[in-house]
Amino acid sequence: MKQPFEKVVARHGAAVLRVCRVLLGVHDAEDAWSETFLAALRAYPDLPDTANTEAWLVTIAHRKAIDALRARKRQPAPVGEVPEAPTALGVPGAEDADLWQAVAALPEKQRQAVAYHYVAGLPYAEIAAILGGTTGAARRAAADGIRNLRKNYQGATTEGAPS
Amino acid sequence: MNCFASPSFASPSDPADAGTLARLRLRLEQAAEAEGLLDVAYTTVDSPVGPLLLAATPRGLVRVAYDIEDHDRVLDTLSQRLSPRVLRAPQRLAAAARELDEYFGRRRQVFDLPLDLSLSTGFRQLVQRHLPEIGYGQTRTYGQVAELVGNPKAVRAVGTACATNPLPVVVPCHRVLRADGTQGGYVGGPAAKATLLTLEAPTWTTAA
Repeated sequence: MKQPFEKVVARHGAAVLRVCRVLLGVHDAEDAWSETFLAALRAYPDLPDTANTEAWLVTIAHRKAIDALRARKRQPAPVGEVPEAPTALGVPGAEDADLWQAVAALPEKQRQAVAYHYVAGLPYAEIAAILGGTTGAARRAAADGIRNLRKNYQGATTEGAPS
Repeated sequence: MNCFASPSFASPSDPADAGTLARLRLRLEQAAEAEGLLDVAYTTVDSPVGPLLLAATPRGLVRVAYDIEDHDRVLDTLSQRLSPRVLRAPQRLAAAARELDEYFGRRRQVFDLPLDLSLSTGFRQLVQRHLPEIGYGQTRTYGQVAELVGNPKAVRAVGTACATNPLPVVVPCHRVLRADGTQGGYVGGPAAKATLLTLEAPTWTTAA
């Protein structure tokens, strides 16, 4: 049975927003979120009842983020290199500028694998389906991404910081 | 899962996130309406008979549901029977909410809303189409309604049509009583039926 789309938004909205932030940075994440959920709403009646809804949403977000990154590259001023500097306007995690910088500096595949495994919680088989390639390659990309973050992000040594 | 410190992208209940999500959620609601993807919009309103769920398709008000019907279950049913593109979107229900508010405040006797009767079919829908002919503050028996729709023997079927009315309050099945003057059943429960009858005719008392 297919649940009302409202429940899909309530259940997965926060996770998809975090995935979009990892893929694109805090600022562009919001447009990607909007495009993801509007596309999902359009396609929702055709989603098989047995499908993994979160994996489906992450797959859509993945494509929207790729579109956004391509659009960024086409723009004359290069903005893709540096993450948005956190402003004092209450952007969540403003104190984590270093983390965002480290995330933004990751190679694209590693950033995607980290987002889909460590943020969305998808199994590597699902991630391989999204990224193309093998399950092992997806696992290695996520592991390499985490190793790079540990190396480049100061706060990485503390465990599971409670907020 | 949280194998490195990452409060900014691993804390699901960040209050700033809640504000962002509320804003994005509203943007989605507006885009869905603009793109013609809002197949079923709903909201809930408070009333003297408890919280009411209101749902509308682009054609009109399609469902009014009492709390005892279980709003989550009602939404699941709408998702299955009409479309899973269901979003909370109070804007589309603004006129219905206003008219109900006026009704409960005794400032309105007739509802003037586009209705979508697609949740009922056949004889039940026929009965529901005729129910608004019973005026405010008046009552009819199930038998009289059966006559009204041209099928005087279908008393029991009229009872079923009233019990399955997808638009209670707005389509006034509460104005239909048993032949002995007792209230009969009601989709919102007996107390809700008595409240509506008393609201419309303050001197009304049940015969039982």
